[in-house]
Amino acid sequence: MRTIGWIAVNVFRESVRDKVLYNLLLFAILMMGAGYLLGQLTAGQDYKVVIDLGLGAMSLFGLFIAVFIGIGLVSKEVERRSIYSLLAKPIHRYQLLLGKYLGLVLTLVVNIGVMAIGLYAVMHYVAWQFPADFVATWDVPPSDPRILKAVALIVVELSVVTAIALFFSTFSTPILSAAFTFALWVAGHFSADLRNFEQVVQSPFAAQFARGLYWVLPNLATFDVKAQVVHSLPVEAGFMVLAVAYGLTYIAVLLIGAVTIFSRRDFK
Amino acid sequence: MTRNNAIALAAILVLMAAAVGLQRLRDEWYPPPETTEETLYLTSGGALQRLSLGYRSLAADVYWIRAIQHFGGTRQQVFLPGQPAGAPPAEGSKPYRLLYPLLDLTTTLDPHFRAAYRFGSIFLAEPYPGGPGRPDQAISLLEKGLAAEPDNWEYMQDIGFVHYWWDHDYQAAGTWFARSAEQPGAPWWMRSMAAVTLASGGNRQSSRQMWQSIAQTATVDYQRNHAHRALAQLDSLDAIDLLGPIVQRFAAASGAPPRDWQTLVRAGLLAAVPLDPAGVPFKIQADGTIDVDPASPLSPLPKEPPRAAPQP
Repeated sequence: MRTIGWIAVNVFRESVRDKVLYNLLLFAILMMGAGYLLGQLTAGQDYKVVIDLGLGAMSLFGLFIAVFIGIGLVSKEVERRSIYSLLAKPIHRYQLLLGKYLGLVLTLVVNIGVMAIGLYAVMHYVAWQFPADFVATWDVPPSDPRILKAVALIVVELSVVTAIALFFSTFSTPILSAAFTFALWVAGHFSADLRNFEQVVQSPFAAQFARGLYWVLPNLATFDVKAQVVHSLPVEAGFMVLAVAYGLTYIAVLLIGAVTIFSRRDFK
Repeated sequence: MTRNNAIALAAILVLMAAAVGLQRLRDEWYPPPETTEETLYLTSGGALQRLSLGYRSLAADVYWIRAIQHFGGTRQQVFLPGQPAGAPPAEGSKPYRLLYPLLDLTTTLDPHFRAAYRFGSIFLAEPYPGGPGRPDQAISLLEKGLAAEPDNWEYMQDIGFVHYWWDHDYQAAGTWFARSAEQPGAPWWMRSMAAVTLASGGNRQSSRQMWQSIAQTATVDYQRNHAHRALAQLDSLDAIDLLGPIVQRFAAASGAPPRDWQTLVRAGLLAAVPLDPAGVPFKIQADGTIDVDPASPLSPLPKEPPRAAPQP
């Protein structure tokens, strides 16, 4: 466990050295610009748009980090040939893979955490421009902790995407891994359509096949509660528990698959 | 197959089965919305909803901003100074034609986007050149909102308001106000508004009462400003009712209506040129009738039904 922890910390350090956290600067500029400009464009809906934009940016920036760093976790070591020196050390291959996975998840958590603080700051800034009694009538107050439910599920979704990228990167090239990961991410957001495919096709086989894909592919739409929290609609604790449990289970499936493939891989 | 691989495979199968089980549980306890549109995978709201992946709410904001831009931009283009109030759009032109589709897409992407329904209905119902003059589309948009939130009293109030202000259908307006009053969270005065509308809808005093209530409870500046504008329009109608007899008296004495207000000031019938609440002089038409100037932000004034004439 200690070894995995050290590898994870080193992956995090490497991502900082690789200037991955620079995206926070982009996020800050985006949010400050939005906070300032949107009032002119949205007929009083700047507060809602700021929250949508903040949550959307967290998810999108995180997606790019998860995919593009995730696919390089293994392939970079192979390309640099540093994998030989790593495997020569008393480190199991599963420890290396899990450490790398957790390191990237740590990077994502730090990123999303800082972005969430930035989002709350901009929400307070927008609210500060209005009288307190008026702000009190808003569905989502500027310190609303319910926003964190959406943030938490974004982290879980990105952890699943990271596991997908890592899984593909254990046996495929970086470009193909990125393509496969993005394809699964898109398919994961079409899950409701796969489930209801019999409404648009007549072939029972196609409908059954789509239904099968619905069960097997990651259902990433489960982790999208952004619209609910923006409108202060209830996101029940039971739903959160099921969504997180589903995400963790799926991650476990992918990591076991990745470890199995990586353990058998011949680097000669 | 080695022992470790077999264990891994077994673990994958067990965990995959657990994932399927959890998802089934989630579907049972929190059923996902059924896809009912027939126009799947076309350039419809439904297709857009799918293409926006996990960013529906953000995509809705983009369409909302586009709707605002379209409304504001078109308004600037067609609201030319000197254009007669209520004049139809030029032959072949279709101003505001994208407004309803844009609002429809916005609300399809985000069915809980209250501002899109409420402001959208205000924009849609506003008569040309201030808007497309489509109260039917305004009601349709609000009914779509009610499909998403069946107990939203504000949408019901807004539908009643469109019937009241633009359709002059006081029976329908009163019925919607009464329905709104029964919803949770509806203000106490909604019940009396329903009663007054059913009893004396179209009466200028009841209109004023309605707008004052809306102005006091508005949560957004645009809504409040809209209510204040309507109140100023009602004040203008009151002022026109007072000025009308003066103009008629002059016309009876001189054989023709006055050409301008200065004539009445010089004749000693008025102390000064009368201004509407926006500070723009009223306009005397060639036939002696009085209206707000087309350049006034209060133009066009709402058309009142015959029974809404001033009370004795």
